[in-house]
Amino acid sequence: MKRRDCLALLGASSLLLAGCASTGPAPSLVGTGDLGVVVARSTGTLAIVNTSQRKLLAEVKGLGDLSHASVVFSRDARYAYVFGRDGALTKVDLLTQRIAGRVMQAGNSIGGAISADGSLVVAQNYTPGGIKAFDTATLELVADVPAEFEPGRLSRVVGLVDLPGRRFAYSLFDADAIWITDLSNPARPVTTKLPNIGRQPYDALVTPNGRHYIAGLFGEDGLAMVDLWEEKPQVRRILAGYGRGQEPLPVYKMPHLRGWAVAGRRAYLPAIGRHEVLVVDTDTWQEVGRIPVAGQPVFVMARPDGRQVWVNFSVPDYHRVQVIDTTTQKIVRTLEPGKAVLHMEFTPRGESVWISSRDDHRVSVIDTQTFATQATMTVDSPSGIFFTSRAARVGF
Amino acid sequence: MVNLPILSRRPRSLARTLQSCGVSLLLCLVAHQVHAQAPDAARQRELIRMVRQDCGSCHGLHLTGGLGPALTREALADKPLDSMASTIYGGRPGTPMAPWKAMLSEADALWIAQQLMAGFPEPQKDAR
Repeated sequence: MKRRDCLALLGASSLLLAGCASTGPAPSLVGTGDLGVVVARSTGTLAIVNTSQRKLLAEVKGLGDLSHASVVFSRDARYAYVFGRDGALTKVDLLTQRIAGRVMQAGNSIGGAISADGSLVVAQNYTPGGIKAFDTATLELVADVPAEFEPGRLSRVVGLVDLPGRRFAYSLFDADAIWITDLSNPARPVTTKLPNIGRQPYDALVTPNGRHYIAGLFGEDGLAMVDLWEEKPQVRRILAGYGRGQEPLPVYKMPHLRGWAVAGRRAYLPAIGRHEVLVVDTDTWQEVGRIPVAGQPVFVMARPDGRQVWVNFSVPDYHRVQVIDTTTQKIVRTLEPGKAVLHMEFTPRGESVWISSRDDHRVSVIDTQTFATQATMTVDSPSGIFFTSRAARVGF
Repeated sequence: MVNLPILSRRPRSLARTLQSCGVSLLLCLVAHQVHAQAPDAARQRELIRMVRQDCGSCHGLHLTGGLGPALTREALADKPLDSMASTIYGGRPGTPMAPWKAMLSEADALWIAQQLMAGFPEPQKDAR
């Protein structure tokens, strides 16, 4: 057994300690709770990071086209499942720091989700439009649900989230629909189809309690919301007409809703074509405010405790990040962490946030209380940052 | 002599230039190029990066498509150059394609369209 394998396996099982000890001093066991990954998108590389030490541990190469890559984690927080633009699904072992499995599952993919029981990893695809479910252990295809909304026509799928009971909700950009697929028996998927939700859903989120699924609409002012706890889920329009007939500003990049921004009883949502964050009461689903911000919001993310909401922006305003205090609904800080800020990720309890600045090839770690920069790391064109604490959260 | 199919693929501004020119076509073409101020080398590098990275948000880093269509040479083979340039500059209403005129000149948009149709250049290594 090679020493590196021993090291890796030790992370998983101390039973192997005796077998490895003969090759040298026993390495220490490690957990995965403070690990994460940063996507280096132009080189097809995944950087493995440690959020306690605030440093890069390793780089895993050979993941293909990682533009717009996203990641979900296995239930034991050991494996990262990476969805690449080129349709590849790659399983990366954070302990051995190696690729543990890889399938080319589509021509063009955008992200995925994992079931609460950890058994199914599901990809949402643009080409061919639909979702595909894989066994998380083997990456064997177990279900294929084409988003065929008219005979022979497949829609691009966006906004895929996991729901309790091995169900998955997603939106059909080309069909103005929300579908909920029950994969409790993957051999016989059962899909509930909700049509006419509004024009061009571009992304969606599920609230932390798994109850409300909200799809943003590109084609009109407003969002489509489904109460998943209802006997027969139906679509309701919320924040209808938030633009109030004003000419929308150009949207140079689609906002991302994935990763909820629900703080207390309020949800914070990016407006499309407006430089505003919309605030909605999650009991009444009425607008309770809107907060002017520095550009077209892309990510609007609540710190895990809900005290702050952090916002980043599309080109040309993406050198800024703004922080909203949810007790006052005011912007309390505008930061300039680097050029082309693409993503932000909170540490599990939110004492720090990691921010990727693509054009400065930098990842910054910022204290969310003092806003001081605690560390910086060099990563080639960093985009998405994903920590293993996502493994325990609905909709991540 | 320039044949008509090529003429029809030139941007409208060139057509206007040609109409207003009383001299030879060659002179007109030269005049048009000076007038349009094709982006210089530094600007071209910026544009290459912008297309790969920012347009790449929707069209893919390798321009193989996403929410936006593929912009590879093969995918664009039957698209007219002038409509490509005007889509980049002015957007396409009813779709997520935004007008980029706040960040691009018409000459920038034309240059990008030309590069896309020829197969978009890879970013330079030093520019990362």
